[in-house]
Amino acid sequence: MMFFLEVLIGGLLAGVMYALVALGFVLIFKASGIFNFAQAAMVLFAAMFMGGMHNDWGLPYWLAIPITLVIMIGVAWVIERVVLRPMVNQEPIILFMSTIGIFFALIGFAEIFWGSRSRTLDVGIPSDPIFLGDMLLQSYDLITAAIVAALVVGLVFFSQKTRMGRVLRAVADDHQAAQSVGIKLSTVWVVVWSIAGLVAVVAGIVWGGALGVQPVMVDVAFKALPVLLLGGLTSIPGAIVAGLIIGAGEALAEVYLGPIIGGGIDSWFAYIIAMAFMVWRPEGLFGEKIIERI
Amino acid sequence: MKTTMLRKAALMGLSACIGLTGAISAQAQEAKEQYLPSLVYRTGPFAPSGIGFADGFADYVTLINERDGGINGVKIRLEECETGYANDRGVECYERLKDRHGGATVVAPLSTGITYALIPRTRADGITMSTMGYGRADAAYGPVLDNVFMVPTTYWSSTTVVMDYIAEQEGGWENLKGKDIVHAYHDSAYGKEPLGVLRHYAEKYGFTLHEMPISPPGVEQRTVWTQVRRIKPDWISLFGWGVMNPTAIRTASSMGIDVSRMIGGIYAAQDDAVKPAGEDAKGYKAVTFHGPGADYPIYQELKKHVYDKDLAAGSGDAKGTIAYNRGLINAGYIVEAWRQAQEMSEKGRPSTREETLKAWQSLDIPEARTKELGMGGLMPPVHITCLDHEGPGMALIQQWNGEAWEQVTEFRKPNKDLVFPMYKASAEAYAKQEGITPKSCD
Repeated sequence: MMFFLEVLIGGLLAGVMYALVALGFVLIFKASGIFNFAQAAMVLFAAMFMGGMHNDWGLPYWLAIPITLVIMIGVAWVIERVVLRPMVNQEPIILFMSTIGIFFALIGFAEIFWGSRSRTLDVGIPSDPIFLGDMLLQSYDLITAAIVAALVVGLVFFSQKTRMGRVLRAVADDHQAAQSVGIKLSTVWVVVWSIAGLVAVVAGIVWGGALGVQPVMVDVAFKALPVLLLGGLTSIPGAIVAGLIIGAGEALAEVYLGPIIGGGIDSWFAYIIAMAFMVWRPEGLFGEKIIERI
Repeated sequence: MKTTMLRKAALMGLSACIGLTGAISAQAQEAKEQYLPSLVYRTGPFAPSGIGFADGFADYVTLINERDGGINGVKIRLEECETGYANDRGVECYERLKDRHGGATVVAPLSTGITYALIPRTRADGITMSTMGYGRADAAYGPVLDNVFMVPTTYWSSTTVVMDYIAEQEGGWENLKGKDIVHAYHDSAYGKEPLGVLRHYAEKYGFTLHEMPISPPGVEQRTVWTQVRRIKPDWISLFGWGVMNPTAIRTASSMGIDVSRMIGGIYAAQDDAVKPAGEDAKGYKAVTFHGPGADYPIYQELKKHVYDKDLAAGSGDAKGTIAYNRGLINAGYIVEAWRQAQEMSEKGRPSTREETLKAWQSLDIPEARTKELGMGGLMPPVHITCLDHEGPGMALIQQWNGEAWEQVTEFRKPNKDLVFPMYKASAEAYAKQEGITPKSCD
């Protein structure tokens, strides 16, 4: 029983880290209807700048992190000016394709600037084991979960209690109606992509701390995709709940089904879980139900 | 009219002469060069490993050209092609470069996947393949793939060296009875390579082998290491690749597993396996087929003839890393094979594909020669025969001290009595499947 609990809690905590990456996708899709393929590249980009400034330039993290945040805001501004603005009123698939371009451009730029060698990104989150009886929890996971919880609370507060939050929600509800009351879409997009940049910085710190900073970090996107499928593309709570379900589900499947099927199943089993839920709710657990009149 | 036509004819003749002279001159230039295509991955997800290797490989070639004026006056013309560690791009690189500048005679694909894809192509083209530790271990059995060389070791041989070290640490093979050894591996053909050897030892010496596959790329491994912790293993063999290695080390360490009892395979032995894991990697061990660090005379030569002249291939931060050293010795084996090819045919002339292959088939680099090359202790000696395309297959154990790799053992001989019959059986099965008639080595 204790082992089952250990696997379950470990899976839930892993799910929180998947949800963190998924959050960036959700924020942009919710506000602009764009599935931002480049979100994982933004995580890598942010991590490479933080790791590079600390390891290569000797900047302390308390300086490297805010500088990276400013850079991410600059990236958001450039993306709005160069990519999104000329694409206004284009089909969603065209916008999606343009984010694929952003994905490769961000990786390429970061690699040209910092090179491809791996770096550490240790901001001081302890990784000591914590024992509860015979059950082991990792302090790194618990602190990460607390960081993600704080981030979600902050995002919810921003969305519900600030003027810009209300503007974002208005744009999310109806672009044209929001424009008709004088909301500037271009400003909203810069703000949204900047918030996604903030999420990328946090995800970069957490995943970079766990994996080291290296190009393969973009693969964490494959952990976020089933979370998005399950939670829906428009719900922040959906991303969190789906992250927990996917994390716990794949961990339990790996331990209890893996030996029967042949092991190493966690990478694809998460998609099986997501697709099973989609049969029941195609829009995801918390996604908006699309009803169109004919 | 007539004058104009004559002038045109004269001009055409002159142009043709100039063109011909240029072509002859270019050919003469090419004729003194030995072409070496270098398939590298300086970009992409595995770039942290690829950059160091590519730099070491190129710097050794530059050293030979700058210090010695080439091999008996034949300069080496190195041309890199970026594969990004992708099989399709590797094949494209090979096809694009193989006939340039007088033709490639040898290729080092630097990827197991690309090696598999290139084996039939290089066989058809008569080009030698140098697959250093990666690729098909059974290519060590020479009669089947007579153009592929596993110098200086294979996954299987190096695994026997790991087991030899574990047995020694336990006070003898007989003490392995009742022990638990975990093999945590990249869930692919690569990760499964040493399973045959490990299963053999488990059966023979009575320990329990726990096989733990990890899904690539391995960015999340909590579940695997939660299970490993429950097993309370005496030793762990790690066969990861790329990000899987530091993630495994870090996750294991954070679960209280003693990483000094983890021994990485030859591709879990690079700097990018430990550096991203930070302090958690301190004490981690790995098997490798060359000496670690930069404390070898070759580095003084490189400094004098390459680094100080600003001719180094990279930024310099890869010097002394495992990947860089592997690039150095791989280029070293290739250059020595060409040197021996010239001795067998004609000194001062670039070797043909046939001459290069013939030289590899009897490549002999004794320890004394590795010292002459400034690579004593860095480059293991090699002796190739028609039957054995691996040679001694020696490897050593190294340990990460938090800053650098330290050599824990001297080069050790593998258990060739065990692995060679395995190579033979596997290679013969491959030959049957592919319709290859093994050549006679009598």
